[in-house]
Amino acid sequence: MIESVGKPIDRVDGRLKVTGAATYAAEFPVKNLAYGVSVLSTITKGRVKIVDIAQAKKMPGVIGIMTSENSMQLHFPNASDPGGGKFAEKDLLPLQNDRVFYGGQHIAVVIAETFEQAEHAAATIKILYDEQAPVVGLEKNIATAYKPGAGLGGAETQTKRGDAEAALQTAAVKTDETYTTPVYHHNAMEPHATIAEWKGDELMVYDATQSVMGVKGLLTSMLGIPAEKVRVVALYIGGGFGSKGFTWGNTILAAMAAKQFNRPVKLVLSRQQAFSAAGRRTQTIQKLALGADQNGKLSAIKHATTSETSFVDEFVETAGVATSMIYSSPNVDVSHELVRLNRGTPCPTRAPGEAPGTYALEAAMDELANKLKLDPLQLRLINHADMEEQKKKQFSSKNLKECYQRGADAIGWSKRNPTPGVTREGKYLVGYGMATATYPANRSASTARATLFADGHAEILCGTQDIGTGTYTIATQIAADAFGLPIDKVKVKLGDSMYPKGAQSGGSQVTASVGPAVRAAALGAISKLIDLAVSDSNSSLHGYKKGDIIADNGRIHLKSNPVKAETYTQILNRNGLDKVEAQAKTNVSTRAQAPTPAPAGSPEAKAEEESKANAAVQADEKTDRTPYSFHSFGAQFVKVLVDPDLGTIKVDKIVGVMDIGKVMNLKTATNQIMGGMIFGIGMALMENTQYDPNNGRVVTRDLAQYLVPVHADIPEIEVQFIDKPDPYISPLGARGIGEIGITGITAAIANAIYNATGKRVRDLPITPDKLI
Amino acid sequence: MEPFKLIRVQDNQAAIHAAGVTRTKFIAGGTNMLDLMKLNIETPKQVIDINKLGLNKIEELKSGNILIGALVKNSDLAYHPTIIKNFPVLSEALLSGASPQLRNMASVGGNLMQRTRCPYFYNTDFACNKRVPGSGCAAIDGYNRNNAILGTSDKCIATHPSDMCVAMAALGAIIHVQGIKGVRTIPFTDFHLLPGQTPHIEHTLKQDELITHVEIPALPSGSKSHYLKVRDRASYEFALTSAAVVLNIQNGRIKNARLALGGVGTKPWRALLAEKVLIGAIANEQNYRTAAAAALSQAKGHKDNTFKIELAKRTLVRALITTGGMS
Repeated sequence: MIESVGKPIDRVDGRLKVTGAATYAAEFPVKNLAYGVSVLSTITKGRVKIVDIAQAKKMPGVIGIMTSENSMQLHFPNASDPGGGKFAEKDLLPLQNDRVFYGGQHIAVVIAETFEQAEHAAATIKILYDEQAPVVGLEKNIATAYKPGAGLGGAETQTKRGDAEAALQTAAVKTDETYTTPVYHHNAMEPHATIAEWKGDELMVYDATQSVMGVKGLLTSMLGIPAEKVRVVALYIGGGFGSKGFTWGNTILAAMAAKQFNRPVKLVLSRQQAFSAAGRRTQTIQKLALGADQNGKLSAIKHATTSETSFVDEFVETAGVATSMIYSSPNVDVSHELVRLNRGTPCPTRAPGEAPGTYALEAAMDELANKLKLDPLQLRLINHADMEEQKKKQFSSKNLKECYQRGADAIGWSKRNPTPGVTREGKYLVGYGMATATYPANRSASTARATLFADGHAEILCGTQDIGTGTYTIATQIAADAFGLPIDKVKVKLGDSMYPKGAQSGGSQVTASVGPAVRAAALGAISKLIDLAVSDSNSSLHGYKKGDIIADNGRIHLKSNPVKAETYTQILNRNGLDKVEAQAKTNVSTRAQAPTPAPAGSPEAKAEEESKANAAVQADEKTDRTPYSFHSFGAQFVKVLVDPDLGTIKVDKIVGVMDIGKVMNLKTATNQIMGGMIFGIGMALMENTQYDPNNGRVVTRDLAQYLVPVHADIPEIEVQFIDKPDPYISPLGARGIGEIGITGITAAIANAIYNATGKRVRDLPITPDKLI
Repeated sequence: MEPFKLIRVQDNQAAIHAAGVTRTKFIAGGTNMLDLMKLNIETPKQVIDINKLGLNKIEELKSGNILIGALVKNSDLAYHPTIIKNFPVLSEALLSGASPQLRNMASVGGNLMQRTRCPYFYNTDFACNKRVPGSGCAAIDGYNRNNAILGTSDKCIATHPSDMCVAMAALGAIIHVQGIKGVRTIPFTDFHLLPGQTPHIEHTLKQDELITHVEIPALPSGSKSHYLKVRDRASYEFALTSAAVVLNIQNGRIKNARLALGGVGTKPWRALLAEKVLIGAIANEQNYRTAAAAALSQAKGHKDNTFKIELAKRTLVRALITTGGMS
């Protein structure tokens, strides 16, 4: 049978999605459902004096109104990562006291028989405040900047090697500029949505989340109830981009309201509400200095980032995280500082850190190339990092030079005029730009269960989720190949905390983490089937060595003699079994953390035990990964046309060549990279969230005011893959792919605009007013 | 959203009589009105659905004028062969606005009545004199990149958002309305009002009056027209700046010029000062630049939108070159 992994197979859930049959969190038909509408603060800092609900209470259909006066007390969450459950704002558990830390913070929730009634009543609630002067504006408050601790997942925020400052003093050629990026909001199509229903002491939650297991853990700790009483379901997610990795007020408030009013409750944040109450990518001010010798060899890189966080939690946009490893340089100084503002807490946004960070670094590389009169691509080749110099490790697999070459060929890099601002196509100035893309290849522990049924079909269960990236599809392909079945015989079930614990959808890790567990579980089931055959005197395979038998197209047969075969159905039927089942846990991390064993008696512990006899798990876990640093790389190339009089920019063509290990599905992989590149066009040319300069509240808070690219903005996009398996990340050789597409692209666009116009805009987004 | 009573009417008289009650609004395509209602910015007690009034025809009068029913969809008007042929400025303006889905719903009368997209107007947590008279203007000292530079006051700097209206201002359209007292016509430039001290009063329609038609006067033969819009993205975005240009050039000299600007004014901005410069002048770039300077001579920038003064000049010059070059 031909392997299905790698093939551009259509999404297995595609038809369900385009016909509306896929059920998203807010769409589950729950009986007796009540509707919640949240009322948010209209001041930026202070205390709530009175929430006047007198009128709202009496309005038609109103069941109740939850405020800090009457809501249940929450426990402090006991995890701080999305896998275990991260509440976005640890010091602002919703409706626990009267303090206001930002505009658009949850103050009350109206519960009514219909959504319209809840909205209508919510609009009548008057809140009286003791208002205090808020801390507004990153630039204005930069004197209060402080050095934060580690970033998400323990990411280092201060990294040094050598003496960058001294090397800069003596560098023959240097650039030292400040690059700024605005606040960006995720704006996933699906809003933040939750339905919570209590049945006695059991809680059922349908949630738009990137981590069903995390939400389960979080609800368990915040509500103080046993884990086995909580179930979280997210069958389909309409995009998260990081905003659904942390858990926000809507999830916990729905559970609180459902308890308080003894009704299942749906709570969905409006688009406007999500601009304050569901995270963002922070603003960044990045000082980037590069020093090089006359030949372009880097001697120093200094990257200092200042961004903002809230008063109720700490999140660092680690813009410098890639800077210490992307190029070869003996001297590197990467630092991060935070300023506390009266805004909601930021959170990861597609390639948190790398997306704004590669903008500054790769724009600076372009400036350096210009000063050196070197081709920007040549400058990258001169400074290619053959090893990861900060950690002093080899890369598990790196084919970046090939990415550069293929990208240059595809865009027509040879046509680039090194002199900026002089090349025309008709009335437009034409420019070419490029940049390096990079993102770490994360992998963490995952568990999956595989079941082969006597009717010849198979099933995979895994407590991860498909946030729209194609996880259902590639898990089906991986399982089909391992089971030796065509993909239409394999059903993959995800998005339910009842299933064995899979990875959370963050850090581009699901394919690398869940894929090997799915594969190992399926191989485990096949292994059990082979055991049944070889030990059964009624089987034609009786007595053969297990290792001589392989699975293919619904049968197992002798490698040397395919005629010596039995179907899965034959074997199971003869043994009077309706199925054979296997669980596998692959306990592997690429972040060099020691894998933690599951608590005794937990479902994962059972899977761990069973995995000791699973050859696929054992081989995978025995691979020594400590000598390697795991990263994906790529090259982004852009051609732009700029109208010199009007300042309008048309991206004419973009090419991304990505080295992400082995491609699991060419179609969904292309889609992920393309989506990232389009995100990058938005980031470079139009997206930005504006806060009122006086009171610090969000001004642009809908899709008419916050511009994302439309079809007419998007040019021809070419995506290519190197498609060489990473030999160390897993037996599948696949690294993650969700985030790398947005890295580098923003700088490549900015660099192309410079090449077209001779104007270096260091403040995103690059809009017409900055070019005239 | 506030609960409201929906009335469906079949003829103009019924619509007009139903509209006499305060807090009553007509609804046609609903592309702006429904948003405003959902955001509690418009809170009518009574909404009159006028879609059945039959005002959806485009008639070519013997005079050569075009009489456009108020319920004609933006798409239908934009793609009407006579509009494309004789009034390209109007077709181009319509097609540069909103998105295909919105244009398929939005009506001509509704387009005249649409309200500003100033973000402070759309957010009831902020002060806005247009929304709540006397509450103040958060935009003047706030984020005002997309706000107006012409026709502003110390009470309001909100931009009129329409593209269609800019073309109609240049074409000298005439608005036909019907009220309890009968019918009347309003010259286009008199229809929308400057904010002054009363930015909440945006037009000269009376409570009971219904827009029935918009009439576009025929252009002298040999006229050329064009609409140019500059914006932050390629579709579904309001203008940073735009220019509607109608030129009649004979033997290299400009016999007649009608110009209007969008994205910069508190109402669709007829550029009369620029027209004066051009009429009788030779059609060349120098004169276009002089005209553009005149058009913006009274512009006043704010913190984030001073760039619009220069961008609007360039937009007008480009539109004049494009149009003049075709004569």
